[in-house]
Amino acid sequence: MSQALDEIKIGGLGASRKRVEDDRFIRGRGNYTDDITLPGMLHMEILRSPLAHARIKSVDASKAWDIPGVRLVLTGEMMATRNLAWMPTLSYDTQAVLATDKVRFQGQEVACVIADDPYIAKDACEAIDVEYEPLPVIVNPVQAQADGAPVIRDDKENQPDNVIYDWEVGDKAGTDRAFEQADVISKLKLHYPRSHPSPIECCGSIADFNRATSKLTVYMTTQAPHIIRAAVALVAELPEHMIRIVSPDIGGGFGNKVPVYPGYVCSILASILLERPVKWIEDKSGNLISTGFARDMYLDSEMALRKDGKILGVRIHADADHGAFFSDAQPSKFKIGLLHSAFAAYDIPAGHLTARGTYSNKAPGGVAYRCSFRVTEAMFFQERMMQAAAVDLGIDQAEFRRMNFVQDEQFPYRTAFGFLTDSGQYAKCLDVGLKAVGYEEFRQQQAEARKRGRLLGLGISTMTEPLGAGNSREYDILGIKMFDSAELKVHMTGKAILRTGAKSQGQGHETTWAQIVAHELGLPAEDVVVEEGDTDTAPFGMGTYASRSTPVAGAAVAMVSRKIRAKARKLAAHLLEVSEEDIEWELGRFYVRSAPDRGVTIQECAMAAYSNMPDGMEPGLENTAYYDPPNLTWPFAVYIVTVEVDPETGVWDVLNMVAVDDCGVRINPMIVEGQIMGGLTEAYAMSSTQFITFDSEGNCVGSNYMDYMLPSAWETPGFELHSEVVTPSPHHPIGAKGVGECAAVGGPAAFVNAVMDAISDTGVRNIDMPLLPDRVWEAIKYHRDVSGAPPVRADD
Amino acid sequence: MYPSRFRYEAPRSIAEAIALLREGGDDAKVLAGGQSLVPLMKLRFASPELIVDINNLPGLDYHREDPDGTIRIGALCRHADLERSALLKARQPVMAAAAPLIADPIVRNRGTLVGSLCHADPQGDWASVVTALGGFVVARGPGGRRTIPIADFVTGPFQNALAPDEIAVEAIIPAPKGALAGGYLKLERRVGDFATVGVAVATESSGGKVTRAGIALTGVGGSTINATAAAEALVGQPLSAESIRQAADLAAEAARPRTDHRGSAEYKRHMVRTFVVRILSRGDGGEAAAGNGGEAGAGNGSEAGAGGGTQNSAGNGTADGGAERAA
Ligand SMILES: Cc1cc2nc3c(=O)[nH]c(=O)nc-3n(C[C@H](O)[C@H](O)[C@H](O)COP(=O)(O)OP(=O)(O)OC[C@H]3O[C@@H](n4cnc5c(N)ncnc54)[C@H](O)[C@@H]3O)c2cc1C
Repeated sequence: MSQALDEIKIGGLGASRKRVEDDRFIRGRGNYTDDITLPGMLHMEILRSPLAHARIKSVDASKAWDIPGVRLVLTGEMMATRNLAWMPTLSYDTQAVLATDKVRFQGQEVACVIADDPYIAKDACEAIDVEYEPLPVIVNPVQAQADGAPVIRDDKENQPDNVIYDWEVGDKAGTDRAFEQADVISKLKLHYPRSHPSPIECCGSIADFNRATSKLTVYMTTQAPHIIRAAVALVAELPEHMIRIVSPDIGGGFGNKVPVYPGYVCSILASILLERPVKWIEDKSGNLISTGFARDMYLDSEMALRKDGKILGVRIHADADHGAFFSDAQPSKFKIGLLHSAFAAYDIPAGHLTARGTYSNKAPGGVAYRCSFRVTEAMFFQERMMQAAAVDLGIDQAEFRRMNFVQDEQFPYRTAFGFLTDSGQYAKCLDVGLKAVGYEEFRQQQAEARKRGRLLGLGISTMTEPLGAGNSREYDILGIKMFDSAELKVHMTGKAILRTGAKSQGQGHETTWAQIVAHELGLPAEDVVVEEGDTDTAPFGMGTYASRSTPVAGAAVAMVSRKIRAKARKLAAHLLEVSEEDIEWELGRFYVRSAPDRGVTIQECAMAAYSNMPDGMEPGLENTAYYDPPNLTWPFAVYIVTVEVDPETGVWDVLNMVAVDDCGVRINPMIVEGQIMGGLTEAYAMSSTQFITFDSEGNCVGSNYMDYMLPSAWETPGFELHSEVVTPSPHHPIGAKGVGECAAVGGPAAFVNAVMDAISDTGVRNIDMPLLPDRVWEAIKYHRDVSGAPPVRADD
Repeated sequence: MYPSRFRYEAPRSIAEAIALLREGGDDAKVLAGGQSLVPLMKLRFASPELIVDINNLPGLDYHREDPDGTIRIGALCRHADLERSALLKARQPVMAAAAPLIADPIVRNRGTLVGSLCHADPQGDWASVVTALGGFVVARGPGGRRTIPIADFVTGPFQNALAPDEIAVEAIIPAPKGALAGGYLKLERRVGDFATVGVAVATESSGGKVTRAGIALTGVGGSTINATAAAEALVGQPLSAESIRQAADLAAEAARPRTDHRGSAEYKRHMVRTFVVRILSRGDGGEAAAGNGGEAGAGNGSEAGAGGGTQNSAGNGTADGGAERAA
C-alpha cells in the first residue's frame, strides 16, 4: 500500500508553481545593487569618450579636483602607475580600463570621478578637459582589412594590422569532394547585425574595502560571482579569501553581466584608495554604448546539394567584428564560439568552417546574448540557408528539412563539425508545428491572396542548441573548468537550504531548484529556501549564462539531493531496524519492502540525523555535489511564422506564430513557457527593430531607448506554444535540457524567412535584419538584396 | 537622472509665472508635461537655471468647443485628454486620429499639446496637425495676450516665436467652414517612437467641392513642413483620384527627408505620397487610388486614420485604427 506523496501537490517536477521570488519583486522589495546604501558611501561617475578613434593629447582634471565634494579623480595615467590601465580579457587579449594613449570606441572610459553624491561626480566629469586628435574610424571588417587601414591596436606588439585571428574547423578535403559531386550549389551571404542584451537594470557595483579587516566586499551586478572573485584575486593581486563578491537581485542579464567592466575595477581601486565604500551605477546610455554587445557577424557560405534534396556538404566563412578589444566572454576553446553547431540538426556528411576576427572602433565585449556563444548566428544562418536551398531546388520548405533531419534512431549523432548531439524527435516536432499553423491551408490562402496583390508569407525555423557548457574537456574560463555545484543542508525539522554556484537573473532558480529537491527527496518545495550569489556562502560555481543552469547546476541539485537521500536511507534502516537492502523508496518516504506499512518519512530521517543516528555515523544531513556534465544537452525546436507584407509600404505584420519546443523534461512548465515567450519576443525584436549600428564616424546609433528599439507589449505578436514533444536528455539526471535561450536563438530566422517567402516573386535572396519597412520596400521595388551593414546610410 | 543644478518654482498664477520668467530671462524654462524638457535636462543638453513649473496654474487643463465651432486647447490639456476626448471624436477627425499616436500611453498621461508646439521638434506630431488645420497659439506675457498663427509660431527646429517671458496658454483650431475630413498617418518603428514619416491632411468641403485644404508633414525636414502647394491642388474641385494623386506628388516634392537609419530619403518621400493618398482616398471612398488600403486583413493599418483608433493591444494581426506601425 503506497503512501507516496502527490508530486505536483508538493511542488515537485512538473508543477507550475508560482515563482517565489516574484512576491518581493512585485512588491518593490527586491534588493538590487542600487538599492544598497552603506555608511559613508561615495559615488562614482565615468567620463566617456565622445569620439570613436582619437589620440589623447592631454587630460586636465584640475578643475574637477577643485569642485567641493570631489574626493578622487582617476585618469588613465594614474591607473598606469598602478599597472591597472589595462586588464586581461576572457579571450586572452587586453582591454583598457581607462584610456591612456588613444580612445578606440565612442563611449570608452577615459576618467572617473568619485564624489559625495552623483550630481557632483557628474558635474566634475564635465569639468575634465580632454584634448583629442581624431583618427580615421573603422566600423566594419571590410574597412578593418583594407589596404592602409589604421591599426587600431597599436598598443600591442606583433599586431601589424587589425586581424585578431584566423580559425577553422571541419574537413576541408571531404567538403571539397562534396562540392565536386553536387548537382546544385546554393549560396547565401548575410550580416547578423550587432545587438545589445540591454537588461533593464544597468551594470553597477559597490566596492567596500575595510582596512581594519583587510577584506574587500563587492556588491555587483554579475551573473558569475565566483569567476569575478577569481578575476579580482588575479588582477588586483588580493588574497582570494579576503574577497567577497555578492550578487544581489539582478534585473536581467542576458549575457551582459558576465564580463568584467572598467567601472567595477575603478570602483574597487577607489574604495581601496579612499577606504570608503564607492558606488558606481551605470546609466542607460553608458550600458548601451560600452558594455558587452552581441553578434555582428558576416556569413558567406554555400551548400552542396543533390537534385533530390540531399545535402552533401556545407562551407561556411564568418567574419566577426569584435570591436576595439577582443574581450568575448565565452568559455569554449573555439575562437568563434559554437558557430560550428550550425546544421547540427541535419544529417550532413561534410562541413568546413573558416572564421576571421577583426578589430574595429566599436565597443568591445562580445557576449552570448541569450545563447550559447555564437549559436544564435549559427542557427539563424542555418535556417536562412535551408530556405534559400529549398527555393533553389524547388522543393517544399518543410519537406526539404524533413528529408535532411537527423533521424530519431541516429542518436547519439556525431555532426560534421564534431559535436555529439544527444537525442531528439525532430520530424515529430515539425509535424506538430505544421499542423498547428495549418500549413497546407495557408499555402492555398497564400496563392489566392497573391492573385489579388496581397503578399502572405510563411517562414520555418528549427534550432538545436548545444547547452550547458560545459564538459570540462572543452570548456573553461581562464583555465577554470566549466562544472557547477550545489550544497544542500537539511535541518532537523526537515526544512532545508540549498545553495548553488549559479546565479539567477530572472530565470526563477529560487522556485525551480526547490522543485528538483522536492522531486528527489519528497520535501515540499516550499520547505526549501534557495540562495545564490554570495561567494562567502555559496559553493564555487561558474554562474548562469548559456542556458547552463539547469543542465549543470540543476543536475548538481539533483545529485546532492541523491547524496542526502542515500544517507537518509541509512538513517531509515536504523529507525526501522532492518538492513538497508530491505528498504524501498517512494516519494518522501522509506518503507520496508516486505511490510510497506512500516516506513519513515524523509522528515523523520532528518530529525534522526541530529538526534538518533546509528553508531559510527557522522551527524547532520548536509552535502555538496559538483557536477561536470558528460556532454552538452541538445534541446530542439520548430518555430513557424506567418506574415502579411504591405507591398506599398514594406510594413509587415505577424499573423500567427507557432512554437514547438522539445527541451526534455520541464521542471516548472509555467516558467518554461515564460522563458519561451521572452525568447520569442527577443527574436521578433531582432528581426524587426532591435539593432545597434554606427555611422561612418563611429557614432553609436542606438545609444538610448529612443533609438535602441526594444519591443513593447503593444507591438509584440501573440505566440502559440506547444509542449507535446518531450525527449528527455539521456545523460542529465532528471532528463532536462535547458530552454532559456532556444526561442531567441531559433526565432529570428522564422520571421525573416516568412517575409522573404512573402516577397519570393521578387527573386530577392536576402534582406539583413532588422527588416525595417524601408528595407523591405526597397527589396520589393528594386528586386535587389538589401544589406544593413554599418556605416548606416546617410546623405553625406 | 543627474541634471545640472537648477532652481525650481511652481507659481500659482500666470502673473507670478510671467514675473519669474522675466527674472530668469534666457536661463529660465517653462515646465509643462516635462516629457521633452526633462529628457533634455537628463542628458544635460539643456541646463536651465530656473524651472517655472506651470502645472499649478489654475484653469489651463481644458479643451472645449466655442459655440461657433472653434476648438480651444489649454496649456495643461494632456495628450491623454485628447485621446479620450468625445468632442474630438465627434468634431475633429484629424486631431482624433493623431492623439493616440503621440508617444506611448505613459508619456501621453503627462505631455501636453501646447508644450509639443512650443518644443517645435521637427518630429513632433501636433505641429503638423495644427498646421494642416490652420491653427493658432495664444501667448501671454507682461504686455498681455497675442495670437500667433502656427506657421509663424514655429520658427525653426526647436525654436518658437515666444519671448523669454511669454507663456503659451492655449492653442486654437478655427471652426471649419463646411464638412471637415482628413486624418493623420504616422510610420513609426514601434509604439512610442517618433515619426519616421507623419502626414496630416485636413479638407473642408461644401457643395461637393473642397473649399480649404491643409497638408503638413512630420519628420521629413528640418522643421514641420507646410505643404501648401499640395493642399492648393485639392481646392476648388471635388476630390478625385486625379487631384489626390497630384496633391500626393506635390506633398512628396515638398518633403525634405534625409537618408538615415530610419530609411532612405526616397522611401520617406514615397511614404509621404502613400499616406496622402491613403488619407484622402478614405474620405470619398476612392478605393482606386488607395493601393491595398481597405482590404489588407493583416492589420497594416490601412484602415487607419479618421477614427483615430486606439493602439493595437493585440499586437500585430488585427486591423487597428491609427498607425502605420513599422512592424
Ligand atoms: C518616450 C517619449 C516618446 C515621445 N514620442 C513622441 C511622439 O511620438 N510624437 C510627439 O509629437 N511627441 C513625442 N514625445 C514628446 C511629447 O509629446 C512631449 O509631451 C511634448 O513634445 C512636449 O510637451 P510637454 O508638455 O511634455 O512639454 P515640456 O517637456 O514640459 O516642455 C517642452 C518645451 O516646451 C516649453 N514649453 C512647454 N509648455 C510651454 C508653455 N505653455 N509655454 C511656453 N513654453 C512651454 C518648455 O519650456 C520646453 O522648452 C515623446 C516624448 C517621450 C519622452
